[in-house]
Amino acid sequence: MLKIVNTEWKLFLREPSMVVFAVLFPAILLLVLGAIPALRTPDPNFDNQRFIDAFMSSLVVTALAFLGLNKLPATVATYREKGVLRRFSTTPVHPARLLVAQVLVNLIAGVISIVLLMVVGRAVFDIDLPHHPLWFLVTFLLGMLSLSAIGLLVAAWAPNARSAGGWATVVFMLVMFFGGVYLPRFLLPDFLNVIGAYLPPGVEALQQSWLGAAPDPVHLGVLALVTVAAGTVAAKSFRWE
Amino acid sequence: MAIIEVVDLVKTYDRKVAVDGVSFTVDEGEIFGILGPNGAGKTTTVECVEGLRSPDGGTIRVDGLDPRRDRAELRTRLGVQLQQSELPDRIRVGEALDLYASFYRDPADWRELLARLGLADRAKTEYRKLSGGQKQRVSIALALIGKPKIAVLDELTTGLDPQARRDTWSLVEQVRDAGVTVVLVTHFMEEAERLCDRIAVIDAGRLVAVDSPAGLVSRVDGEQRVRFRPTAPLDVKLLEELPEVSNVEQHGPQLVVTGTGNLLHAVTSVLARNQIVAADLRIEQAGLDDAFIRLTGRALTE
Repeated sequence: MLKIVNTEWKLFLREPSMVVFAVLFPAILLLVLGAIPALRTPDPNFDNQRFIDAFMSSLVVTALAFLGLNKLPATVATYREKGVLRRFSTTPVHPARLLVAQVLVNLIAGVISIVLLMVVGRAVFDIDLPHHPLWFLVTFLLGMLSLSAIGLLVAAWAPNARSAGGWATVVFMLVMFFGGVYLPRFLLPDFLNVIGAYLPPGVEALQQSWLGAAPDPVHLGVLALVTVAAGTVAAKSFRWE
Repeated sequence: MAIIEVVDLVKTYDRKVAVDGVSFTVDEGEIFGILGPNGAGKTTTVECVEGLRSPDGGTIRVDGLDPRRDRAELRTRLGVQLQQSELPDRIRVGEALDLYASFYRDPADWRELLARLGLADRAKTEYRKLSGGQKQRVSIALALIGKPKIAVLDELTTGLDPQARRDTWSLVEQVRDAGVTVVLVTHFMEEAERLCDRIAVIDAGRLVAVDSPAGLVSRVDGEQRVRFRPTAPLDVKLLEELPEVSNVEQHGPQLVVTGTGNLLHAVTSVLARNQIVAADLRIEQAGLDDAFIRLTGRALTE
């Protein structure tokens, strides 16, 4: 299993666009936004926090959404289309291990991406490290797994790699929108923010465990539920060829 | 001794019968060909043998195992080269072999395997940069990495140029000489004739014949073909009426007359009587192609 993860990790590193978007992009975006003076001045809109403080959770959402809803379904659907999964099924190793390896690689990439974001935020803009590290870790894991489960569901249902890419993009846009990436969440109507709080990967819980009070357990519960539900359906309906 | 036994295999997709009562046995150490046109049910048959599909009827034993029930054990004894199965674009040849080797308890030395397949200098090359023939050899390497007793090779040389095809053939012979039983799925007559000890001819889901290449040809022995270009128009009926002639076909300016006995003499006599000369005259003996047409009622490749 370790060898599969290791190989998939090497393959991930050989896709420069994936590495840039999933690992470097959030930190780069933070640097760009932080370069604008207005965005690093305390603002009454965010309880006198700065825009960049309030936007950290949305930056985490971009990393998670890229990994879970772009890289994962695209890779898995391509592997199916090219017969990589089928070839696995002729060996003593079940192809499901390849999917597990994909999720593990995404977790590693996600951790690196977010640690990088934290380091840049702390070093350049003096943004606090997560106030509730344990809750933050739990939220991150649930967020990543819930998006991965949805990504695998898309890969399971899409007839080929192209439509998997298309469907995943729609979900990706919704997640990014509700995660406050396109429009900052303070500009969104309240009811959209309430919906967004329950949707994977849990932008509200990420923000709360980072710079607020502890996350709402109900939000985390919903993430866990989505993970289990989407994961089960994906596993049951997955086509290996 | 039979290492694979297939009895009355039936497989249906959405009420379309893909394999309809196929039975054959493969002996240990032979190269066994499964020959037939595209869509004849060859791949479905071997996929049932590999345990990738469940048969709807019949029984299969592979080295004493039931391919579905003993799936896990079968995987360690059977190496499979799938039709149209690729690797990730950016995986290096050496990485792929190393990875697949780790799936088996007692794998072959992958460096040695690469050297044997003439890929020693490609270990660090990314899969996407390989030529078609090299990809095919990697695919064979992956089928052999677990030191299988049986290797199933499906459409091995499709899409390869003639030189790469010949190289691949000698490779298959090497594999057999190393003691591996080979099941070779193909729709190339030449490939089957050159490589196989015995051939199962499958057409429209049914087994038509199982025999050695020579045995199949002998079923149409005595049949010959006379090819020529008549110098003046000729009424084909005159030839068809001859007792020696079984078939006359017009290919452009050429006539192809198939028949038995003293075919050449009979044909030239008719021509002489009508004062027609046979230009570019050639005589051909029956081959596996003819055997196939005789067995299935049509040519393998249109």
